[in-house]
Amino acid sequence: MNDEDIVIHTDKLRKQFGNFVAVEDISFDVKKGEIFGFLGANGAGKTTAMRMLCGLSYPTSGIATVAGFDVSKHQEEVKKNIGYMSQKFSLYDDLKVWENIRLFGGIYGMKSAKIKTKTDEILNELGLENERNKFVGELPLGWKQKLSFSISIFHEPKVVFLDEPTGGVDPVTRRHFWELIYKAVSRGITIFVTTHYMDEAEYCNRVSIMVDGKIKALDSPSNLKQEFGASSMEQVFFRLAREAERKGD
Amino acid sequence: MNNVIANRLTKSFNNVKVVDDLSFSVDEGEIYGIIGPDGSGKTTLFRILTTLISPDSGSCKVCGFDVTKDYKAIRNVVGYMPGRFSLYQDLTVQENLDFFATVFNTTLGENYSLIRDIYVQIEPFKDRPAGKLSGGMKQKLALCCALVHRPQILFLDEPTTGVDPVSRKEFWEMLKNLKKIGITIIVSTPYMDEASQCDKIALMQNGKFLRVDTPQNFINNYSGKILSVKSDNIYNLLEDLRTYKSLITAFSFGECCHLSSMYNEIDIDNLIDYLIKRKHKNIVISEIIPSIEDCFLSYLNR
Repeated sequence: MNDEDIVIHTDKLRKQFGNFVAVEDISFDVKKGEIFGFLGANGAGKTTAMRMLCGLSYPTSGIATVAGFDVSKHQEEVKKNIGYMSQKFSLYDDLKVWENIRLFGGIYGMKSAKIKTKTDEILNELGLENERNKFVGELPLGWKQKLSFSISIFHEPKVVFLDEPTGGVDPVTRRHFWELIYKAVSRGITIFVTTHYMDEAEYCNRVSIMVDGKIKALDSPSNLKQEFGASSMEQVFFRLAREAERKGD
Repeated sequence: MNNVIANRLTKSFNNVKVVDDLSFSVDEGEIYGIIGPDGSGKTTLFRILTTLISPDSGSCKVCGFDVTKDYKAIRNVVGYMPGRFSLYQDLTVQENLDFFATVFNTTLGENYSLIRDIYVQIEPFKDRPAGKLSGGMKQKLALCCALVHRPQILFLDEPTTGVDPVSRKEFWEMLKNLKKIGITIIVSTPYMDEASQCDKIALMQNGKFLRVDTPQNFINNYSGKILSVKSDNIYNLLEDLRTYKSLITAFSFGECCHLSSMYNEIDIDNLIDYLIKRKHKNIVISEIIPSIEDCFLSYLNR
C-alpha cells in the first residue's frame, strides 16, 4: 500500500499516568476514505488515545502520525489537518448559527469570502437557512449535532474524529447523521468514530475494540462476527468487554 | 393502583406547547418508557412530574399528591435522575451520597439494602471526586443518590446516554430488581433495545403521546411488511431503495436496510431486478418481524 493512503498510523502508542497505563502499545493503520469505528467500554482508554491522535496530549512512548504529521513533534500541523466533534462539546450555545460557522472557519484560517459561500452551502444542505440567526442553544440536539459535524469538516480536513457524535440522539436523527457521514466519505474524508450504538458499528468499514487499554480485536464487522461466531456486533462487543478487569473507573 | 395520573397537562414556552393536553396514567410497580425525538417534550414532562416546574393548565397526581399544591410531599417520595449529570463534581462519591441522604433527613445506612447491589460497584472509588468518574460509574452513583431516601417512584431522564453496552445491560438489570421490590420507574431513552424492556411505552412527539402500549402490542399491531435488504454498497443501496417506488420508506439498520411500505405489497423479484440493474452485488432480501425501532420510525414518519 502507498504511504499516502494511510491517514492514521500508530505503532506501540502508549500513554501512562503514573503507574496507570491508560493506553497500552496500540498499533493500527487507518486508510484514506475509511470509516474506522473505535469501540470500547467506558474507561477502556478510547478518549486518551483520541486525545493523542488529535495532538492534545503527548504519548508516553510509541509513534503516531496523523495526516502525515507526527503527533509528538508537529501537534499544530496535526490540528490543522483534522476535524473534531464530540457529544459533550460541539458548538457555542450563546452564539448564533452563522456566528459559530464564522468562528470555526476563522480558527481554521479560512478566508472570509470562502467562509461566506461555505456557510450558505452548509445551511442549504442541512435545511437550516431559516435558523441562520438563531442561537445554537435554541436548536434541538440532533440539529446541533448535524451542524456540528458539518462545521467539523468545513475546512476539508483529511480526517475527522467523532467522539460519540450520536449520544442521546433519537433513531431518526441518528440515521440522518450517518447519511452525512457517508456523504463526507464520498468526498474522500476519513472518519474515525467512537459510538456505543452497536448498529452503528456495522456501518464502519473496520472496527477496533479496546479493552483495558489494549486493542483486542480489529477487523471488518463481518469478519469479526465470523471470528467470534456471533450474529451481531453487540455479541462480539459483549464477549470482549465482559473480560475487562478495569471496571469503568 | 395508579402512581401517576395526569389529566390534560399543558406547558408552553414562548407560545410553543411543549407539553400539549397530555393525559395518561402509570401503574404502581411498572416500568414506563417515554420515547420520542429530541425536543418532543420528554424532559419538560419529567420536570412537571417532579414538581420542578408547574404546568400552565391541567392537573396531575403523583403518589396521590397534587403536583402544584403538594409539591413538598411529592419531593419526599420521588427520586429523579436528570439527563445531565447533576451531582457535585468536586465532592467525592461518599460525600455526594451523604449529602443527598442528609437533604432527605436520612442516612446511607438506613436504606442500605436498597442500594447495596449498586453501591458495592462504586465503593472502591468512594474517595474519588464524582467529576473524575467514568460515564458508567457516574450513572451508578447518580442512581444511588436518587434512591437514598427510598422513593416510591423513580424518574430517569435518559439515564444511559453515553454509557457502553455492557454497563447499559447491567443498569437495566438493576432497574428490574428495583421493580421487583415495588418501585415504579418512569424512564426515557433513545435506545430502542431498552424501550422493548419496558412494561409500557409511550411514543411522544410535539408534546403529545402518539400511542401508549406494551412493546409486544406495538409489534403485533404494526401494519405492513418489512423487508431486510443487503448488498455490498450500503449507502448506494439506501439511496436506490428510496427512489425505487413512492410511499416506501427505507432506513439503514446496521449491515442491512429495512424497507417498508404501509400501503402496498412489495414485489421481491421486481426489486431484485431493479437492484441488479443498479449494479448491486450479493443482494439478500428477506421478510422480517418488525422491531420496536421499526415501529418508532414508521410512526414518526407519518
